Amino acid sequence: MSLSEQADIRDPLMIAEGWMNEGRDLAIATVVETWGSAPRPTGSHLVIDAEGNFEGSVSGGCVEGAVIAEAIEVIESGKPRMLEFGVADETAWRVGLSCGGKIRVYLERLG
Amino acid sequence: MDPHVLKSLNAAKRAREAAVIVTDLNDGRDRMVRAGDHVAGELGEAIGKALKSGKSGIAEAEGREFFLNVHVPPARMVIIGAVHISQALAPMARMAGFDVTVIDPRTAFATPERFEDSDLVADWPEDVLKDRPLDYFTALVAVTHDPKIDDYPLISALKTGCFYVGALGSRKTHGRRVERLKEAGLSEQTIGRIAAPIGLPIGAASPAEIAVSVLAQVIEALRTRDLPVRDADEGAAA
Repeated sequence: MSLSEQADIRDPLMIAEGWMNEGRDLAIATVVETWGSAPRPTGSHLVIDAEGNFEGSVSGGCVEGAVIAEAIEVIESGKPRMLEFGVADETAWRVGLSCGGKIRVYLERLG
Repeated sequence: MDPHVLKSLNAAKRAREAAVIVTDLNDGRDRMVRAGDHVAGELGEAIGKALKSGKSGIAEAEGREFFLNVHVPPARMVIIGAVHISQALAPMARMAGFDVTVIDPRTAFATPERFEDSDLVADWPEDVLKDRPLDYFTALVAVTHDPKIDDYPLISALKTGCFYVGALGSRKTHGRRVERLKEAGLSEQTIGRIAAPIGLPIGAASPAEIAVSVLAQVIEALRTRDLPVRDADEGAAA
């Protein structure tokens, strides 16, 4: 397997097309804005199917859980959402970024 | 996202073409714009800028908010010469995320034992590049300092507009190279794009150290580049 084929396999949008061809319903999350030190750059993708399977990332693992939970609702409703995550608040058990950055994630259904 | 947009984007990626996905954040509608496609007005300007910088981001245009996601092909490195430096450079460049190919017609140098895990082609560059042409997203590193092997890919890389072109050789060797490339019809300005002496000046001595200085220079070129934006009347320059 060539290196570009390996890159293909890791690319969340290539994976999304494969899932779509299998007839799976899915949502695509995209980092559209970052402030401060954000773990993944603007344009990064996470793809999620209706069962909660996912590939890719929008943070270093800090907020993926919350995005996946919202994605399942977006797959059902078909209505896109804008999610914002800031600094983690440990006392309130709120999901957030431990690095102190802030990100905006656009979540939409495919099709 | 529109499934057709997803399919066209993935097709563009496989063809190593640059493209931007434009999403209207007010209604979620999206479309794909290729480098060179004409888009009018403020939005067109923003798309042009995003393509040139390679940076994704939000753009305000016509009173609406758009997200522009720029997709450019992964960088390739073509190394001419299966020499000692290349044995260090090929694995280092792969680790840094480059898709690496080593080309050398001298079968004594281009052996699989010397280049384990590398994409190695024991053939003349002019034959290899016919099937696998260079493009803007490729760095060309010529390290044989043999004009019979290096000159053709160097000329081809300069004409294609590879984002990095470097050639190993002393100042004297490079001086003679400049004369040959002038005779081949290249302008002084074009020839001036060749990084020679090759690599960042870090006092590198061993082959592995020279490989570090070359890789650092290639990364510098990659991260500080301006992407070419094709003009309608300029034809297929990208």
